[in-house]
Amino acid sequence: MRILSALVVLLALATLPFWVSGYILGVLTIAYLFGVFAMSWDLLFGFAGEVNFGPTFLIGLGAYSAGLLDNHGVPVWLCVIAGAVAAVFGGLILAVPALRLRGPYFGLITLVAVLVLQQVIVIFAGVTGGEIGLTINDVLSLDPGHNYWLALGFLLISGIVLTLFSRSAAGLILQASGQDPIEAQVLGFNVVKHKLAAFAISALFSGLAGAMLVFYLGTASVDTVVDISVGVQIIIAAVLGGRRTIFGAVIGALFLIIAGEILRPLGQLSTFVVSAVALGVILFFPDGLVGYLLRRRERA
Amino acid sequence: MLALQIMVDGFAISTLYALGAIGFSLIFGVSGVLNLSHGGIMVAAAVAAWFIAGPLGAGQYLGALGGVGIGVVVALVTYGVVVRPIQRSRAIPHDETEIFVLTGTLLWGIMIQEAIAYFFSDSPITVRPLISGVVDIAGVRTPANEILTAVICWISIVLLWLLVNRTAVGKRLLAASINPRGLTLLGFELSSVYLMVWVIYGVLAAIAGVLLATFLGTSSNNIGVLTASAFSIVVLGGLGSVSGSLIAAYIIGYLETATAYLLTPTLRTIPSLLLLVLVVYVRPQGLLGRR
Repeated sequence: MRILSALVVLLALATLPFWVSGYILGVLTIAYLFGVFAMSWDLLFGFAGEVNFGPTFLIGLGAYSAGLLDNHGVPVWLCVIAGAVAAVFGGLILAVPALRLRGPYFGLITLVAVLVLQQVIVIFAGVTGGEIGLTINDVLSLDPGHNYWLALGFLLISGIVLTLFSRSAAGLILQASGQDPIEAQVLGFNVVKHKLAAFAISALFSGLAGAMLVFYLGTASVDTVVDISVGVQIIIAAVLGGRRTIFGAVIGALFLIIAGEILRPLGQLSTFVVSAVALGVILFFPDGLVGYLLRRRERA
Repeated sequence: MLALQIMVDGFAISTLYALGAIGFSLIFGVSGVLNLSHGGIMVAAAVAAWFIAGPLGAGQYLGALGGVGIGVVVALVTYGVVVRPIQRSRAIPHDETEIFVLTGTLLWGIMIQEAIAYFFSDSPITVRPLISGVVDIAGVRTPANEILTAVICWISIVLLWLLVNRTAVGKRLLAASINPRGLTLLGFELSSVYLMVWVIYGVLAAIAGVLLATFLGTSSNNIGVLTASAFSIVVLGGLGSVSGSLIAAYIIGYLETATAYLLTPTLRTIPSLLLLVLVVYVRPQGLLGRR
């Protein structure tokens, strides 16, 4: 029943390019990529129990690596793969020492990583375009429909892979490591290895999505892929949708991006309203939208 | 000459950093809260001071006082509306309270930022200095306001030290940071202790915010950076250690000033960020932190 309704929704989403405007497709394309960011973050936070304040470090690495390679004439698909590799590589360099730390310290290191990356991009403005951004000459596709399908397909594949991983044996060990690392260790599981694997997977999808976003937007800039405020939005999306659900992160991301678009006439106040709604959800439905529904069904 | 210039300028900036970070550290030490709306409270106080002094025409002294008052009010609202409900919520698992407080205060900080940008402006403002004039310190021309800033900060820090170590209220704060359950068993109301610490925190953060704005100017866009710098200083010094924050503030303040003068101002924050990363790797509990 659940799978059937999911298929119906998916089919409906897949036919959107035939009957809605390019503008709506554009908003949804970005929302889907954003959903991948939020899902990757939820894998680390919800399951591994690590607060990563720097999802944009991974996304930015992927985005800028892909963009810089593209400017040197490398084919687009190779750039996207290279972006993902760069994100995993950078993520591991960050995570291997950082995972020795717990709680706020791990969070702080990831936060600092973003600040350093941001400064490096601004300082090497000659190569990276600095604060103005890097112009990218290639696109994934000129047709908004194709871009939409690519993003939707990518979201679907990422969602399936992440969900399967989180429900696999390794995912359960990961969850145990997040909730009680000592007990997990006593049971003979290698906590650090599992967390590293989670970090690498999170980095892989963040980097891929970052690279795709760059080719969709046609530009890589600090404000769109690196800035802390982007990271904050990802965190809000994941918590809003419901942590430890993977799927909830997508709903949260869709809500955030679409609400941001609808509230655009409010101007500067739109961010205020979105933050206030998110704060309200955290205060009154700490399990998030999806978590709340799941729990109600369990009780019924 | 240059060395002296760095000494003088670095001192004022470091002292401001210290005052901002000490409040942040105090809150964490006593109630275990990392308040990510810290920068928001500082900037709200500064903007209030600017608005009362300038557009309302009440002069810089009333402005500064009003700014501190508003800062305290915002701090109390942060506690009452965001932190306390999360701590008391039954729906939030106990071991996840910390991350919810982090996320909640982060959102609250963004709301403060957007509200200031909407009702006032997001372009930089400068609060009028409390005193004007320039003093010559061994050949370095220093604005008198910079000296006054350092003096006010140090008076506040000393007063805080006296309050914590020499008064009954302060002893209760200390006790709450060491063993909250013990304090409750002795018949003290823990929530009134927390209320007290948020008032003290509000005063400290607001003074730091107003003084920073007379000195470097401020804008709602600075909120994130201010929070991040307080967070880094506190972690470098050791979470919950007030004297550690003090030392760390001077290290970071001087490192930044020296970089700005000796290399280039654009690199200003890089060495301190790298130092922070290094310290956290080698000694995660910070300089004076307890495990």
